[in-house]
Amino acid sequence: MSEEAEERADALFHALADRTRRDIMRRVLGGEHSVSVLAAKYDMSFAAVQKHVAVLERAGLLTKRRSGREQLASGDVQAVRSVASMLTELEQVWRGRIARIDELIKPNSEQED
Amino acid sequence: MPVTDVTQDLDNLTLTITADFLAPVERIWQVYADPRQLEKVWGPPSYPATVVDHNLTPGGRVTYFMTGPEGDKHAGYWHITAVDEPNSLSFDDGFADLDFNPTPGLPVSRNVYTFTAHDGGTRATYVSTYESAEALQQVLDMGVVEGATSAINQIDGLVGS
Repeated sequence: MSEEAEERADALFHALADRTRRDIMRRVLGGEHSVSVLAAKYDMSFAAVQKHVAVLERAGLLTKRRSGREQLASGDVQAVRSVASMLTELEQVWRGRIARIDELIKPNSEQED
Repeated sequence: MPVTDVTQDLDNLTLTITADFLAPVERIWQVYADPRQLEKVWGPPSYPATVVDHNLTPGGRVTYFMTGPEGDKHAGYWHITAVDEPNSLSFDDGFADLDFNPTPGLPVSRNVYTFTAHDGGTRATYVSTYESAEALQQVLDMGVVEGATSAINQIDGLVGS
């Protein structure tokens, strides 16, 4: 991985290591939300929620745009998928092992019957 | 294919895989209880596994290394945390040096395997949990990706034949 890609990965994992930020991601992946509407969902200050949104933005997980006085945030589906894709890679390791167990336990691989 | 269900829990970094095998629970347990059988299934064809220590008791260890195409060796260990023969097995799986000392700073996954009688065969449930997204990334960086690729090829081979 290049230095830039490493830094991007650090930012991505840091961003998703927080429960509130994951919850914000679930909402903004469903559609564009204004930051003030998001802030109303949590038992914390507007500034605190804005900070969470900024962390997610730096990690490339969401994008913000201005509309009048509002800041609108929406999720980047591709960026989130890359976390799910890591579990999918592990799933492939498992599918390989399970296929080998299936092969090993076939009666004709052990003895004639 | 025996895999019947796969669940990814992104919040808890947990992968749960369910598979149905056409053999009794005792037969599936044997795959784990016999080091010669375990090494046949653990590593992909391009990284065959060799099991060295094999003590399937709580507090016991299973150690193994996998040998890559260039002769490169990658060691790992299981630290067994619970055994209920032939129904379940829990262990921590980590990376080790070639003397099987756990490598500090590398991630450890928690694993629970459960085998239950189902429709005349066995339903196996494999649950693996990682400490953090960084840990998951490290596990993939450590080379299981190559294993994954050849496992995919192997599955394609099975499906295509």
